[in-house]
Amino acid sequence: MKILCVCGLGQGTSLILKMNVEEVLGEKNIMADVEHIDLSSATSMSADYIITSNELADSLQDQPAKVIVVNNYFDMEEIKAAIDANIKQ
Amino acid sequence: MKFTDSLQISPVEWSYQNKERNFAMKFLEEKLVVLDLPVATPEEGIRAAGALLVAEDLIEPRYVDAMVESYEKNGPYFVLAPLIAMPHARPEDGVKEASVSLVRLKDSLKFGNEANDPVQFIFALGASSSEEHLLVMRKIVSLLSKPENVEKLKILSSYEELQLLIGRN
Repeated sequence: MKILCVCGLGQGTSLILKMNVEEVLGEKNIMADVEHIDLSSATSMSADYIITSNELADSLQDQPAKVIVVNNYFDMEEIKAAIDANIKQ
Repeated sequence: MKFTDSLQISPVEWSYQNKERNFAMKFLEEKLVVLDLPVATPEEGIRAAGALLVAEDLIEPRYVDAMVESYEKNGPYFVLAPLIAMPHARPEDGVKEASVSLVRLKDSLKFGNEANDPVQFIFALGASSSEEHLLVMRKIVSLLSKPENVEKLKILSSYEELQLLIGRN
């Protein structure tokens, strides 16, 4: 399973998201390859899931990957709920 | 002088290298934090937080412009939790050292992020491409992932209190 955490530049915000997503996946014993990346590179990469903010989700709707929105990158409960609702093992 | 001596690093060199390794990042040090700054616009807030990093020679002035340009181009996605904005740009936009500053706004301000507005804390991130970047990000995550820490950030009234909060994480 491949997951992209996407932000505008791929430097800061998406790295924080990746750290917290990996923590949640670890707790759930879900094996996945999680990468953090900028918006424009993300559009040319294949993945199973893209996790990003509401602000950037619209630009990614044309991607084959399922787009998952997280609003609060520090809220582990929100990230858990988003993963539960969208990622099937 | 024995041959083996020449292979060893002198104490002075060693401490220099060690210092480099330990201090090649700046995270919310005293000169990088301003509490209760009155600010009228998001751009002014981003520039104020960036100016703290410029003053300590951690980023070049053009990095501040790049942070503002990113906000204009990509929008307020870097408001990554309620009250918290983390403006940044790319390492090649002029970062000298991995670093984070903080401006706590006197009055919270809308950045245009529907889910997380208004913003009260602006953490300007000097994003480097070094390993220190990861270390800096881990420090941010461990500070801000605990809701009780954000509550304390709202009410603390001195740098010493912030230092205690950072020290505990």
